[in-house]
Amino acid sequence: MNASPAAVSEPAPIARPAPQEWGRVRASRRSADKLLIVGCTVATALGAIVLGSILLMLIIEGVRGFTPTLFTQVTPGPGSEGGGIANAILGSLVMTVLGIVVATPVGVLAGTYLAEYGRTSQLANLIRFLNDILLSAPSILIGLFVYTLMVRPMGGYSGWAGGVALAIIATPVIVRTTEDMLRLVPGTLREAGAALGAPMSIVIRSVTWRAAQSGIVTGVLLALARIAGETAPLLFTALNNNSWFNSNLMGGVANLPVMIYQFALSPYENWRQLAWAGALLITVTILGLSIVARLVLSGPKGR
Amino acid sequence: MVALSENVALAERAPVARRNPSPVGDRLFRGAAFASALLVLLVLAGILASIAYGGWPAFREFGPGFLVSSAWNVGREQYGALVAIIGTLVSALLALVIGVPISLGIAIYLTQLCPGWARRPVAMTIELLAAVPSIIYGMWGLFVFAPLFARFVQIPVSNVVEGMPIVGTLFYAQVPSGVGVLTAGIILAIMIVPFVASITRDMLDQIPTVLRESAYGIGCTTWEVVRHVLVPQASVSIIGAVMLGLGRALGETMAVTFVIGNANRLSASIFDPGSTIASRIANEFNEADGMQLHALMALGCILFVVTFIVLIIARLLVRRAKVA
Amino acid sequence: MKPFAYALAIGVATAQIATSALALDITGAGATFPFPVYSKWAEAYRKETGNGLNYQSIGSGGGIKQIQAKTVDFGATDAPLKGEALTKDGLVQFPTVMGGVVPVVNIAGIKPGEIKLTGEVLAEIYQGKIKKWSDPKVAKLNEGVKLPDAPITAVYRSDASGTTNIFTTYLSDVSPAWKSEFGASTTVSWPTGQGGKGNEGVTAVVKQVPNAIGYVEYAYAKQNNLPVALIQNKDGQYPMPGDESFQAAAAGADWKAAPGFGISLTNQPGAKAWPITAATFILVHKNPADAARTAEVLKFFRWAYKSGDKMASDLDYVPLPDKVVSQVEDEWKSVTKDGKPVLSN
Repeated sequence: MNASPAAVSEPAPIARPAPQEWGRVRASRRSADKLLIVGCTVATALGAIVLGSILLMLIIEGVRGFTPTLFTQVTPGPGSEGGGIANAILGSLVMTVLGIVVATPVGVLAGTYLAEYGRTSQLANLIRFLNDILLSAPSILIGLFVYTLMVRPMGGYSGWAGGVALAIIATPVIVRTTEDMLRLVPGTLREAGAALGAPMSIVIRSVTWRAAQSGIVTGVLLALARIAGETAPLLFTALNNNSWFNSNLMGGVANLPVMIYQFALSPYENWRQLAWAGALLITVTILGLSIVARLVLSGPKGR
Repeated sequence: MVALSENVALAERAPVARRNPSPVGDRLFRGAAFASALLVLLVLAGILASIAYGGWPAFREFGPGFLVSSAWNVGREQYGALVAIIGTLVSALLALVIGVPISLGIAIYLTQLCPGWARRPVAMTIELLAAVPSIIYGMWGLFVFAPLFARFVQIPVSNVVEGMPIVGTLFYAQVPSGVGVLTAGIILAIMIVPFVASITRDMLDQIPTVLRESAYGIGCTTWEVVRHVLVPQASVSIIGAVMLGLGRALGETMAVTFVIGNANRLSASIFDPGSTIASRIANEFNEADGMQLHALMALGCILFVVTFIVLIIARLLVRRAKVA
Repeated sequence: MKPFAYALAIGVATAQIATSALALDITGAGATFPFPVYSKWAEAYRKETGNGLNYQSIGSGGGIKQIQAKTVDFGATDAPLKGEALTKDGLVQFPTVMGGVVPVVNIAGIKPGEIKLTGEVLAEIYQGKIKKWSDPKVAKLNEGVKLPDAPITAVYRSDASGTTNIFTTYLSDVSPAWKSEFGASTTVSWPTGQGGKGNEGVTAVVKQVPNAIGYVEYAYAKQNNLPVALIQNKDGQYPMPGDESFQAAAAGADWKAAPGFGISLTNQPGAKAWPITAATFILVHKNPADAARTAEVLKFFRWAYKSGDKMASDLDYVPLPDKVVSQVEDEWKSVTKDGKPVLSN
């Protein structure tokens, strides 16, 4: 079940038969082998082509929208000159950070509980299972839950509700990676810590966490990537805003995904342009985050 | 994979750290960890409760018939989940049928065929597919993929199979617009590939090298090594990975909404439009009121139950794999 | 523990900001159809007065739910609420702008406005009763136009939308069969054809599929140069869709006939009247808890009636007739707090 990237290891080089040995292999075996090689290569190429064509589409449609005002001005009205998506970028940043700030301590602690305290107990198994369900719950239903929990009682939309919705989506990702990473820490390290007389919490904080540091950071970055592009849960919680939002985050808060969703399907050229520019920006950012996450993991400590 | 095997052993061993005389900080930390874990449990319970509460009136009104009725008529307040349930299952199944072989191919390529220097960039490219936001997949599916799919697959295939028994129904597009259940299945397949491929790759990597070397040593081809050594070794774990992919495919919303065509009709052809539970909720939730809203919430409940079942199966399979 | 200390500090700091005074930015949500024009007005209003207004399109159903739940200062809906619904929730309803829905086609060699249809024919196409463009009922209306002997694909909005509501209201007006079987609603159980998500989705499918017909908002058809089909109006004429024909539809209507101006503008009499025309509506509380905010809402729309006509026309919306505007402003007097109208002067 270790889906975590940490479980990847460079396999040792394998001695494969040299090509000239084909002469001793029957034709049917040879063609089956060729077929496998071709099939696997094509499958991999397909994946790369899809990613490439998605990026190409975003660049073709989005690059024209990268004007100097994109990062400085708020979303304009339809057909208006100029304008940018500065409010949506800032709003997305604020809520994503808010979500991560809430989700990281909860997720890391819960993951620590599962890996270090709960282990194979009934309760830990139950929580582990529910966490997996939360991981694949449709995000629109999470938005709905936060609407009932926060928006209605507070009497209005807010960036706080948006942040909480994003936190609920981010937490299971962090729980999962934290647990996986902590389980990869060799037991001997813990034993060494305990042998020095350190209580369990100190062992966890200064030995286990430190050993799994890069893995946990990766989990947080992956969670960040996951929530930065979420549309559905924000629609009912943060709404959106066509201008700057209140500094106290009450009322609608602008954000990129909902902006893209509304503008991309509109009839007005300047709106669609901004939607594509926003889509390019958000995708490149998330891809960048994911690359950073993997580089962090594969750093000297990660192995 | 030294770490992993040791960690499995660790789980069964007695706790390593001393428990007693624990200072206040130690207890506090443990309490905080426990509280966080409970919070995860509470949140899911809260989500379930709020959706069950919202969906209850629809279950009460339509009874078990809700599950097997294909009606979805807002004007007459007649609702049934059948079309959406079938659409969800069929599109997810198609995603598996298309996505799993591709994922296996990628995993095999990465572990067996890829030259060492290219392994990291190729693996990263595939994993980046998981990072593309769902709405971008939807837009790509509608604007880039659907027109190509209509032109090079739907129209030629429909022309060939027209009038033939069975395939003539299954693969006949009445409206070759490029969107439909199969298109949704393909987009979902692309979305689950990075998950299934990376888990499978990890599993293949964990198989002791000596097994492969022995197989090559007695003159097996790569195909034979894969077919008779690797796949049997990793099969159960791969099924677990596939189930996790299925979980993701079932709940996917935005991308599917763009490409499935969103029709409330049962059709024998996979080229025809359909709808899934998640896409119906996304499409109609904003305008829904009264019984329609309850019916949508009830659909959400059903989706949760389906996801539950899939994950339980996945968990059991993976656990058995670990024991074996 | 350092990260947690930081997190705590950030949390405390943000909580302090949260408790600071609320600005008087008003929030509205609802109908998707007027979203562009409200955004445009809000932009101009902010420039002129410095006051902000945030309007978001979450769907008419959402708009009604949110004003009932009091999570917004005003709600917006494309389908007007009935009198009893208004009374029950203590809401005041008024129209803001009008617009039209137009059928668009993709038939090789057919230019915009070249093909003519009646309401009944349109209804039968969407019912699947007329299956081909060469059907005698279509051919009779289009003598001299070469129509293909090919199956028609009827394209509809797959997401629940006010546009669908206007379109099906019209179909129900002209076709008893449609009315009894499918009725008018934001989502319909379509018997045939293919769905597209949003105007954009419908357009994509219509462009993709030869011999398709779809329906979109007029602004959308115009901005994207989609070939429209003409529809016979109540007077038997085939007007081109546009400002003039939408205004003609509103001119003859008796707006006071329904509470909250909730009349239907579809299939109105008048030689130039476009038959699929509709107004979009705003909902506010009759006795708002926060009078100042509701007053701001009304001030905004008073400004929009006065200075927003040009902006609306530029975006292919149709301003209300002056007569209706003064009726609406009369109606605002019924929005009161402690017996006094919230909007003075």
